[in-house]
Amino acid sequence: MIPAPAAHAMTSEKPAVALPTSAAAATVLTDEATQPKVEVKDLNVYFRTNHAIRHVSLSVQPQTVLAVIGPSGCGKSTFIRALNRMHDLVPGARVEGKVYVDGKDLYARGIDPVLLRRRVGMVFQRPNPFPTMSIYENVAAGLTLNGIGGNHHETVERCLRQAALWDEVKDRLKHAGTSLSGGQQQRLCIARALAVEPEVLLMDEPASALDPIATAKIEELIHELKEKYTIIIVTHSMQQAARVSDNTAFFYLGELIEIGPTAQIFTNPRERRTEDYVTGKFG
Amino acid sequence: MMNLHSSFLYRKMVDRGMAVVCALLFLVAFIPLLSVLWLVITKGAAGLSWDFFTQLPKPVGEEGGGIGNALIGTLAMVAIACVLGLPLGVGAGVYLAEKGDGTIGNTIRFMAEVLSGVPSIVIGIVAYALVVKPMGHFSALAGGVALAILMIPTLARATEELVRLVPGSLREASLALGVPNWKTSMRVVIRTAMSGIVTACLLAVARAAGETAPLIFTALNNQYWNFDPRAPTASLTVQIYNYAISPYDDWHTKAWTASLVLLLVVGMLNVASRVMTRSRLKGAR
Repeated sequence: MIPAPAAHAMTSEKPAVALPTSAAAATVLTDEATQPKVEVKDLNVYFRTNHAIRHVSLSVQPQTVLAVIGPSGCGKSTFIRALNRMHDLVPGARVEGKVYVDGKDLYARGIDPVLLRRRVGMVFQRPNPFPTMSIYENVAAGLTLNGIGGNHHETVERCLRQAALWDEVKDRLKHAGTSLSGGQQQRLCIARALAVEPEVLLMDEPASALDPIATAKIEELIHELKEKYTIIIVTHSMQQAARVSDNTAFFYLGELIEIGPTAQIFTNPRERRTEDYVTGKFG
Repeated sequence: MMNLHSSFLYRKMVDRGMAVVCALLFLVAFIPLLSVLWLVITKGAAGLSWDFFTQLPKPVGEEGGGIGNALIGTLAMVAIACVLGLPLGVGAGVYLAEKGDGTIGNTIRFMAEVLSGVPSIVIGIVAYALVVKPMGHFSALAGGVALAILMIPTLARATEELVRLVPGSLREASLALGVPNWKTSMRVVIRTAMSGIVTACLLAVARAAGETAPLIFTALNNQYWNFDPRAPTASLTVQIYNYAISPYDDWHTKAWTASLVLLLVVGMLNVASRVMTRSRLKGAR
């Protein structure tokens, strides 16, 4: 895990909000001096005979946001679920290829998916707070369920603040997590994911069930989280991808068609299919 | 415009009509339930007294006496059935829900379904062969085993359904936090289903407490106090049966009163299940 002070030191040298300009993103993408945080090589995912992800290779630099876009059923979710081994539990699912996080292959022998998932957190499409737990317990769940006892007040407050939810819930931390509105529940789930201090945060359409105001809050949050985390976000909304990401990957029928700086993907894509999709000709 | 208006009136009438039909059907269904309660209360309440709960049954012709031994016997046998049946039933249900998609799971599920359809008297005979025969005499233990066998299949199926109702997204959320599989099952999935499982357990216990047939060949009966699980034991249901088939008016009254006691025991279990499963969280839905 990144020690928090180091991360703060890094962020203080950067501009407060890193704009997804093509120049900045391009350097991030081509900068060979830094090791990619996440590197995928020839990834294939099968559900029994269905070849859902086909030969995908890409890399993500630390402290950047990668947006994954594409029409429904193109394998966006399947792809990011492969990055924290969520397919392990799906009967009939098979993953081939290599996924490196900090240079270590997730699918190598002897890698414990449980330990891995503590480093690669995930926020799901629908808010899924634990219904038997209070707001406080939901945020602390990643710690308490992993047997870390004691007082989690500081962690809970920090994560709720990071998720821009603290002011709304600070007076009712003992209320049920499910008593919140949909947008609040989703921010609660983000706070819960942050509490285990992951290095990579996977977000599977985190705003698809939310109204524009809640969506804006979550996008703002992504900008802030980028200072510390590496984020891969699946989104249906191309505007959202344009707003939050440094780089964008376009998936179609299980293949990675194109990846590049977000501005380039939306204004000057290399591939015809990307252009057709981002200009709304299909999908 | 006229047409639209009349069709609106028509729809409103059908709506009213259907509401009335539903209310009537509810009343029809409610009558037997009310009449059972009414009969048991009016005929049984007269016999209620402190002695009824604390005394042994008296021989025919003598006034007074109670069913204290039968009450203790029923509670003891239900307790034995709980110790044996609840862990096995709930455990089997959790297994079926979490790991039961293979051949073993399907076999167990099929067996549980068949077993839950077996008449309770047959289970009494099985418990007779399994426990009474080898021991050489009737016992509370045999009665408890019979009740446990009765509880396990229904409890297993109910638990399985309840655990399967827990959304997969909660399991995923827990796994994504790096919580191991078994802990996710125990602390997230089963904990979410827990209120339902507690209700299912209490309903199974209530059902077992009301069984007569499996006890006739297993616990038999006993006119005296008995605190030895290896000896024949009285139970409320068998006592009610004996009193009800007797030719004496006094015993008939006692049968009604004992029925009322049994109803109260079962009713209290139901209330307990409501209280125990109430959410401790504010604003919980």
